[in-house]
Amino acid sequence: MTGLVALIAGALFGAGLLLSGMTNPANVLAFLDVTGHWQPALAFTMAAAVTVAFPAYAIVRRRQRTLLGQPVDQPERSLIDAPLLLGSGLFGVGWGLSGVCPGPGVVVLTTGTLPAIAFGGGLAIGMIMANVASRRAPGEPRGA
Amino acid sequence: MTGEVIPLWRSVAGGALIGAAAGILLLVNGRVAGISGIVAGSLEANFGKQAWRAFFLLGLVLPALLVGAGPVDWSASPLILAAAGLLVGVGTRVANGCTSGHGVCGLANLSPRSLAATVTFVAVAVVTVAAKHLVSPP
Repeated sequence: MTGLVALIAGALFGAGLLLSGMTNPANVLAFLDVTGHWQPALAFTMAAAVTVAFPAYAIVRRRQRTLLGQPVDQPERSLIDAPLLLGSGLFGVGWGLSGVCPGPGVVVLTTGTLPAIAFGGGLAIGMIMANVASRRAPGEPRGA
Repeated sequence: MTGEVIPLWRSVAGGALIGAAAGILLLVNGRVAGISGIVAGSLEANFGKQAWRAFFLLGLVLPALLVGAGPVDWSASPLILAAAGLLVGVGTRVANGCTSGHGVCGLANLSPRSLAATVTFVAVAVVTVAAKHLVSPP
């Protein structure tokens, strides 16, 4: 059941990335090219995604349970700390260089081309490095 | 490089699908649809308890496997892309989220932490793209 729901949610997510054109790095770079030929289309995608997800989060925030009464696995930290800003900064540099964030990065692996594999390989190595580093630093919280 | 001309309905409908996916995963499974966390978790050793992540990732690539990934226009060399992937991988782990986890789920949950993350990575990405133009004019 959990697996089937995850499969369906993943498929909807993947279809949304394709439909919005977010899987094309050129579209993402055009959205980020605010000082050049800015194409704001992805702002509508982000706004629509947040708007549709909002009621679900409002319901779960009130119930503190899923619809089936199960506990919810949500990050508990609310602190705006140095790792949050530093990590987001590093991510921003990588996103601006490539036009690819993790979701599209996974989807474009299906093309099997060298650029996609280069990005995906770097992504996996970076995540494993961060996973290992956080295991070596006890007390450092790790979340979803 | 300029992007494709995407009709407004595609931008909005695509976003709505992403939001619906995040909503379903939270309402039924109690999970946050943060791709960086899902990918990183599936790379961990304790994979057995995390099988839902594999199902989500299988679903994520399914539409592209069925209908193709559409146009994918790269503007950086494989070496730069590998470095960019490394930065995205480390950065999203250190910040505990990416465009989906902070940008969609966190903002939908009205999280100030996710708002700070989203403003930061979008602003830094905008500056990075502008800096690229200075180094090599488009």
